[in-house]
Parts: sequence; structure tokens; C-alpha cells
Amino acid sequence: MKITGLIVTILVGGLLIYAAADFPAWSDPNSPASTYLSPHFIEKTMEETSVPNIVTAVLADYRSFDTMFETTVIFSAGVAVFILLRTFRRKEPEARHYRHVLTGVTMRIKEGKLPPSDDFERIDTLWTPPDLIIKTVCRLLIPFIQIFGLYVIAHGHHSPGGGFQGGVILGASIIVLAISHNLRTVVKRMSEKLDAVLCAVGVLIYAGTGALCLLLGLNFMDYSALASVLFVDPIMARSHGILIVEIGVGIAVMCTMVWIYSNVSSRGRYEQGL
Amino acid sequence: MSDLISIIVANYNYWIYITLMMIGLYAMIAKNNLVKKIVGMNIFQTAIILFYVSIGVKKGATIPILQHGHGHGAHTVVHAVDYVNPLPHVLMLTAIVVGVATLGVALALAIRVYDRYNTLEEDELLAQIREK
Amino acid sequence: MIWPIDLAILTLVVIVGIGALMVKDLLGAAILFGAYSFMMCLLWTVMGAVDVAFTEASVGAGVSTVFFVGAVFRTSRRTKD
Repeated sequence: MKITGLIVTILVGGLLIYAAADFPAWSDPNSPASTYLSPHFIEKTMEETSVPNIVTAVLADYRSFDTMFETTVIFSAGVAVFILLRTFRRKEPEARHYRHVLTGVTMRIKEGKLPPSDDFERIDTLWTPPDLIIKTVCRLLIPFIQIFGLYVIAHGHHSPGGGFQGGVILGASIIVLAISHNLRTVVKRMSEKLDAVLCAVGVLIYAGTGALCLLLGLNFMDYSALASVLFVDPIMARSHGILIVEIGVGIAVMCTMVWIYSNVSSRGRYEQGL
Repeated sequence: MSDLISIIVANYNYWIYITLMMIGLYAMIAKNNLVKKIVGMNIFQTAIILFYVSIGVKKGATIPILQHGHGHGAHTVVHAVDYVNPLPHVLMLTAIVVGVATLGVALALAIRVYDRYNTLEEDELLAQIREK
Repeated sequence: MIWPIDLAILTLVVIVGIGALMVKDLLGAAILFGAYSFMMCLLWTVMGAVDVAFTEASVGAGVSTVFFVGAVFRTSRRTKD
């Protein structure tokens, strides 16, 4: 297999390098890719959508149909990981482990019985005490990470950023919580069901914005139709439409990242996490 | 000498993209471990992104965010030569995020295989399947 | 768009990429893959693709490394090649 692979690789690579000789030189301003469609985007974006970041405008306005299905692909990937990995326990285990929060005493209690007081938290057999320094630092850091994520989504019109990056940063903040504490802490704040529902809601916001434009009498995803709903002129309506769509993308990406992480890191059992 | 440098600079991005792509292809074909294959798949994907981004570069141009004042700013004239081609960036931005989602699916499949056969090595997997 | 930096990073990217595939420990491979992604992010900043660089920094170097570490933690670190 190694020899065959090497031969195939060298043959294909040689062919591609032979073809690369015909490419336009790197950083050539007159290359065909830079002269056909993109000058229109660069010169007209500010007039037509009032968004300075051309990438955001093209992503969510000119090519919004494409981006909608990319979001759908991410959503389906989340569902695929869930279906592949998630295992539901058919029978409850015979004994559960509970730990007293203040003293650290661990108890083994038979199924069906509750711990003696409310100070006990349920733990798994693989439980290891989380490090105090890491826990404290992450607890202080997570709000700032989340504010930064929201800023990236909201300020995507004027600086690099947008729904995808902001969504990933928000998802990463929750993953940090899962790593520094444990997966149970995350599930307590953001249940699996909420995660799955928000995933779908993100895609729905995106597609719903497009459908609303259709209902208001213009083409699918033509945000200037939103002008009558948002009480602004059609150019600003396109800018606001981009923001709404980016929020949908952000929600969908955030929840998919958390969903995939919790399934992969706990092997679908939602117990201990990393 | 300067001719040689200009030829290298004009083509180096394309050569490296082909090299990376072939490294990824070789890893996907010949590596024995499933996680290594997934790493190879990601390298292959990054190579294609490198190709697309290299296409969009223009000499002497700046990042594709327009300079603007307050208001609509429609009165300032924008020249396309001053800004990098934004179209490949848009295509590749979504490709990266979709890439991480497919990476999640691939890792989920690998974990499932490990649960069933207790190994990630391709030859051991094939031997176990043949025994049955 | 400064070509010496571009050339240097491109060379490093190939070395780190080969390293990620050669190392005989899957956890090491995951971390080297994170380094590879970060080099790519640097490269795209040099080429002026700031949005792509931002995405790669958060997705490639951040979340996908965590996915790899999680998957390796749940399977095994052992590898033959």
C-alpha cells in the first residue's frame, strides 16, 4: 500500500506541478480571478449594502443562498455525530456515587434512594478533583470570552469577524467551562435538549429571514424587502438583514460546536467529559 | 539572480500547495492509523484553501475592508486594484467551518470503530473483520 | 504580501505538516496539527485574508485541536506509524 500510495502521489503531484506552470504569477493584479467578478463587489458593496467589510457583505448578502446551505451542513454534522455516538443507558446503574461538596466525602448510594442532604453532588466513577487555579482562572475568563464573541458577531460589518467566528468563540467559551469543571456543570446550565433546539433555531432564523423577504414581495434573501418592517431605507435594510442572518449563523455554529464536543469527549455518555 | 528569485516568488505558493496536497493524499492512502488519516484529510483541505487564497492576492493591495467615514460613504470612489480579491476569502471561510464539522463526524466514526474493535490500526481492523 | 515572510512560513508549514504525520504519538500529532493550523493562520494574515485568518485561528487552532484531544483521550494514544 505504501509503494502504491507513493507512486500515485508522485504521479499526481508531477502532473499538478506541470499544470501550475500555466498559472498567473502569484500576486498578479491582472490575473483572471481578480478581474472578472470581484471588482464589482469591491466597488459597489458600499453603495448597495453600506457594509465596509466586503467579505461579510458577500457572505451574507450576495452569496447568502450558499451560506444558508453551509449552515445546514454544519447542523447536519451535529445531528450525525449525535446519532453516531449518543448512547442512552437502558438500565440505571445499581449504585450511584455522590460527593459531599464541603468535606469531599464520597458516598455510594443504592439506586432509588436519595442522598441525605442537598449538599451532595452526583459524580462518576472516573471523577478526578478539578484543579483550583484552573477553575478560578476559567471562571473569571469565560464572561470576557463571551463578550468578545458577541462583539465579533455584532461588529462583523466593520472589522474582521461575523457569525462563524463569533459562534465558534462562544462555543469555545462553553467548551472551556466543560474542560475546567466537568461536563455535568455544562449540562446543568445548557441541557442537551436546549443545545439541539438552539441548533435548529439558528438555521431557522437564517431561512426565516429569507422567507420573510419572499413574503414581503421580493426575491428570497433580498433583504431590501425588510425596509418596510424595520422602518429604514432599503440600503440600511440590507445591512440590518446581514446582522440578523449572522446572529442565526452564530447560534447554530455555537450550539453545534458544544454538541459535537460533548458527544466526542464523553463518547456519547454525557458523563465525565475530558 | 533576481530573475530566479522572481520566478520562485511567482510560483512558490503553488508548489507548496501541491506539496501539502500530496502529503495529505499520501497520508490518506498509506497511513495505518485512522486518526492519522483524519489529520491527512485536514491537511489536504487546508492545501486547497491555500490555493484559493493565493489566487486572490494582489500586489500592493490592502485587506478587503473599505475605508469609510460616517454615513453611507457612497461619495468616495473605490478602486478595485487597491483591495485584495474578497471572493476566494468568502468561499474558504465557510469551507473552514464546514471542515471542522466534518472533522467531528470523522472522529465520531473513529470512536465508534474503536468501541467495536478496540483498535484504530487499519491492518488489525482488517484482520479482525476477516476472522469473522 | 511581504514575500520573504511568505516564503519562510510556507517552508515551515510543510515541515510542521510532515511532523504531524510522522510523530509516533497521537496526542503529539494533535498538538502539532494545532501548530500547523496556526502557521496557516499566520500565512493568511500575510496574504491579506484577515477573515479567513480569524476563522482559522478560532476553528483550526482552537476547536479542532480540542476535538482531536477529546477523541484521542477516548480511544488510544498508541500508533504504529
